[in-house]
Amino acid sequence: MEHTSSQVSDSSAEARKRPRWGGILVWAGVLGLLAILALGLRRAQQGPITVGDKVPNFSLTTFEGETINLTDLKGKVVVLNFWASWCKPCEQEAADLEAAWRYYQPGGEVIFLGVDYVDTEPEARAYLEKFGITYPNGPDLGTRISQQFRIQGVPETYIIDKNNVLRSVQIGPYRGYEHIRSTIDPLLGE
Amino acid sequence: MKRLFYSIPIMMTAALMAFRLGQAQSTLPQPPTDDQVNAIAKELYCPVCENIPLDVCGTQACAQWRELIREKLSQGWNEAQIKQYFVDQYGDRVLATPPARGLNWLVYIIPPVAILAGVYILYRAFQSWKQPAPEALPQETQPSYSDEYVMRLEEELRKR
Amino acid sequence: MVANLGYGALFITFLVSLYGVGAAVYGVRKNAPAWVDSARNAMLLTFPLLTLAAFSLIYLLVNGHYEVEFVASVTSDSMPTYLKVTALWGGQAGSLVFWVWLMSAFASAVTLRKWERDREFLPWVIVVSLATLAFFLVMIIFFENPFARIWSVPLGNPVVAMFPPAGAQLLTQADGRGLNPLLRHPGMIIHPPMLYLGFVSFVIPYAFAIAALVTGRTDDRWIRITRRWTLIAWLFLSLGLILGGRWAYDVLGWGGYWGWDPVEIAAFMPWLTGTAFLHSVMIQEKRGMLKHWNMVLIILTYDLVIFGTFLTRSGVLSSVHAFAQSAIGPLFFVFIGLTFITSISLLLYRWNDLKAEAHMTSLFSREALFLLNNLLFIAILVVCFWGVIFPLISELATGQKVTVGPPFYERATAPLFAGLLLLMGIAPLAAWRHSTFQTLGKAAWKPSLISFVTPVYALAAGVREFPALLGFWLVSFVVFVTLSEYWRGALARHKKSNESLPVALWRLIGRNRRRYGGYVIHLGVVLMAIGIIGIELFQTETQGTLAQGEQMSLGKYSISFDSLAVFDTKDGRNVARAVVSVYKDGRYVGELHPRRDFYYESQQPMTIPGVRSTMEDDFYVLLVDWQPVSTAGATFKIYHNPLVNWLWLGGLVFILGTLIAAWPDKDPESVAVQARPSGYAPARA
Repeated sequence: MEHTSSQVSDSSAEARKRPRWGGILVWAGVLGLLAILALGLRRAQQGPITVGDKVPNFSLTTFEGETINLTDLKGKVVVLNFWASWCKPCEQEAADLEAAWRYYQPGGEVIFLGVDYVDTEPEARAYLEKFGITYPNGPDLGTRISQQFRIQGVPETYIIDKNNVLRSVQIGPYRGYEHIRSTIDPLLGE
Repeated sequence: MKRLFYSIPIMMTAALMAFRLGQAQSTLPQPPTDDQVNAIAKELYCPVCENIPLDVCGTQACAQWRELIREKLSQGWNEAQIKQYFVDQYGDRVLATPPARGLNWLVYIIPPVAILAGVYILYRAFQSWKQPAPEALPQETQPSYSDEYVMRLEEELRKR
Repeated sequence: MVANLGYGALFITFLVSLYGVGAAVYGVRKNAPAWVDSARNAMLLTFPLLTLAAFSLIYLLVNGHYEVEFVASVTSDSMPTYLKVTALWGGQAGSLVFWVWLMSAFASAVTLRKWERDREFLPWVIVVSLATLAFFLVMIIFFENPFARIWSVPLGNPVVAMFPPAGAQLLTQADGRGLNPLLRHPGMIIHPPMLYLGFVSFVIPYAFAIAALVTGRTDDRWIRITRRWTLIAWLFLSLGLILGGRWAYDVLGWGGYWGWDPVEIAAFMPWLTGTAFLHSVMIQEKRGMLKHWNMVLIILTYDLVIFGTFLTRSGVLSSVHAFAQSAIGPLFFVFIGLTFITSISLLLYRWNDLKAEAHMTSLFSREALFLLNNLLFIAILVVCFWGVIFPLISELATGQKVTVGPPFYERATAPLFAGLLLLMGIAPLAAWRHSTFQTLGKAAWKPSLISFVTPVYALAAGVREFPALLGFWLVSFVVFVTLSEYWRGALARHKKSNESLPVALWRLIGRNRRRYGGYVIHLGVVLMAIGIIGIELFQTETQGTLAQGEQMSLGKYSISFDSLAVFDTKDGRNVARAVVSVYKDGRYVGELHPRRDFYYESQQPMTIPGVRSTMEDDFYVLLVDWQPVSTAGATFKIYHNPLVNWLWLGGLVFILGTLIAAWPDKDPESVAVQARPSGYAPARA
């Protein structure tokens, strides 16, 4: 049956040859799409940035108007905590974080930074006041820092060593003061 | 720097308010209604609930955002200023469509270009097809309309 | 025990699928029909095996075997039995089992058909179906195993695994975590299976298309065999989309039915290409043209199905609908890559064999208008695809996320949808092959003039929005043309054969159900268009806080807040239910009960609107917030959604039309042969 069809059509229609650029275009499109998907997938699979990597610089403008760059903090251990006033689990660890900060502050070796994720300023200030938080905190302007760290929610805490290398990631709140201490202490002697 | 950013609009608003008050002492500033808040919230997207407009998102974060809009409105900010504030605070992703600059131009350019390309390809295809084969020419007889319709219908129904 | 049984069944099915693929290929290579028959038996064997697996899982779900992690994650003791059954598709792992089960059912059903005339297709249809099945089974068995149990080990945290680690004990939890409350709505119970059915049944036409490409039998046989399958696939997909819209309207509490969410679009994209395919295959059947294009469309449809599933399940996109991030991403990616590359290679390889048998002769012929229709569908697809993929590109290129939201899609697709409506009105007036501008104009001018009745009426009623007036004109144009097609056809029959008009109409539809079912679908679409115009262009809303007894109004309507009660229910909800009285033009028309349910198990709130629904409009009340002392006041958001009910009515008509078109003939093969006069070769005459 199919043979007759091709014979019939020979006379009435010349076979439309596939233009070469058409094939190239199709392959370019498909491979391009696959590449985008692969990169997107890799990004999604990576989750938060990897422990052991050097953390690229970021700058945090605190609620007080002071600008802090990560590069300026070389030689100190940086505890970077993402939080928000609407986040209930954040409240569990707020007091412990502050207590840890008060413990380390005199030594000058450790700096705590709070990044306020997708939050509104009045509520954020009220939160800081409620838990008596004294370490520098600032809004995540343009959600740039959270995107750089690819956070998946709040609270998340990233501990960066004296050479700006990421050493520890805590997803969700810390289990308590001791938990925070035990994560930071090993980095001090280095 | 940051402080400057916050304070300029506030100063401007204060000045504006003073001017308004001076102009019309009798009109008290009305508190913004929910509808005014929602009209702006409708066009914003909170990163906490992606793809759900702010006016209908139920999370605490979104409720706070709406309160923020209300506060800004009561300070006399207009819609554009409020949106700009949110963009500065939380990034371009809060807008319903990407602002047309830089790479984002692609969003608006690619679909029309692709569609026009499609039109062009189809047009070319028509051109190459339109070599009327002699037997395909319509018969120029004019039977009564109903008969022609029945004929056509029969033909269409037959070929299944 | 039952878990092991289910897992074993899955594993055996996997082996059987691999065997089937091998046997089919070997059978073709060696020209040994016995091997192909064996492959066919392997295909048929997968269905009982997967039925066993699916029922094992349902057994575990219904009987609360919380030692199985999946069971614990989607069910709890407080859930009624029917919800425990439907929890099968309430989570990633279970829904994959459900998916393979459905797919095996479809593939087995198609394998059971008589193959005499099409033996050469059989092995390749089996290869495509079984390879797809095997891939999904790998995902289930090795990455998303619903039968995996929770084990407590002597040291450390409990482990989730199929087989016990050394020294481990089964850890049986007292209760499960329960199904996501959003999924407990009747609409959500039917919506996913419908979508899945739509997705999996597109495998069949795709498998036949690939078989046609591989064997080089490039006439329209594959289209004729799969015509009904495609319609059924499309029916389920449409049903899934409509039910999804209804679910969103009833449960999500944003006063709308469609949010242009990436996952919604992922399901919409194969529907677009599927619809284009259903139209363009008719050109191939009648005129022997567009063979390439139909191949492209069916491949695109199937690839979009896989692509949509990938987007939803791999964690690449974040969305309300997306499954949580999971391990199946990379594997799925490999499958997508293989599917894309194989299909395209095959198509390009056979490109020159797919010769057209006729020429397009007129720009105004029906086939030309069908092509325009295809162009518009593809244009909508481009908009949707680009809108979904762009945020990904932007994030990769700049590290910053952007939102491509409803305004983008609405602005870009509205003119395209309008163009489709116009074509829907014009195309039935055009003849195959030899319409000219004159004949088409002659047929079209009367209905197009008469159709001005509705916009003029709307204008008189105070509607000033141009898009709405245009929309109303288009709607009445299509309705008028479509109804007159039935009328003229029935009248012609009535005159010719003395049948009474209703009988003539019935027999007319019976003679070509696809055509007249198709017109019913068109009527459904325009009814839906009325609803969409109504809600998109005329929706109004307001929000306010009312003290008890206070009133608030929106247009002709007003509500007064009567009372509010907060209570716990037996199934683990805390419910805040308000009673409001609704007045229309000052007259009392009834009571509504908007409520907010809070699910303790999952800590999720859900806003259920109170809706007063008529054909004229919906009055939609949401309880936004309330004071702890309920008399102090509550905040309500109210929407006025004109004409939205036409959307659901249109949906019903749409489904009815699809059923008419897809209804099986007594014996499709023999009817198709008898219908041809002797010596008449269809499609290539």
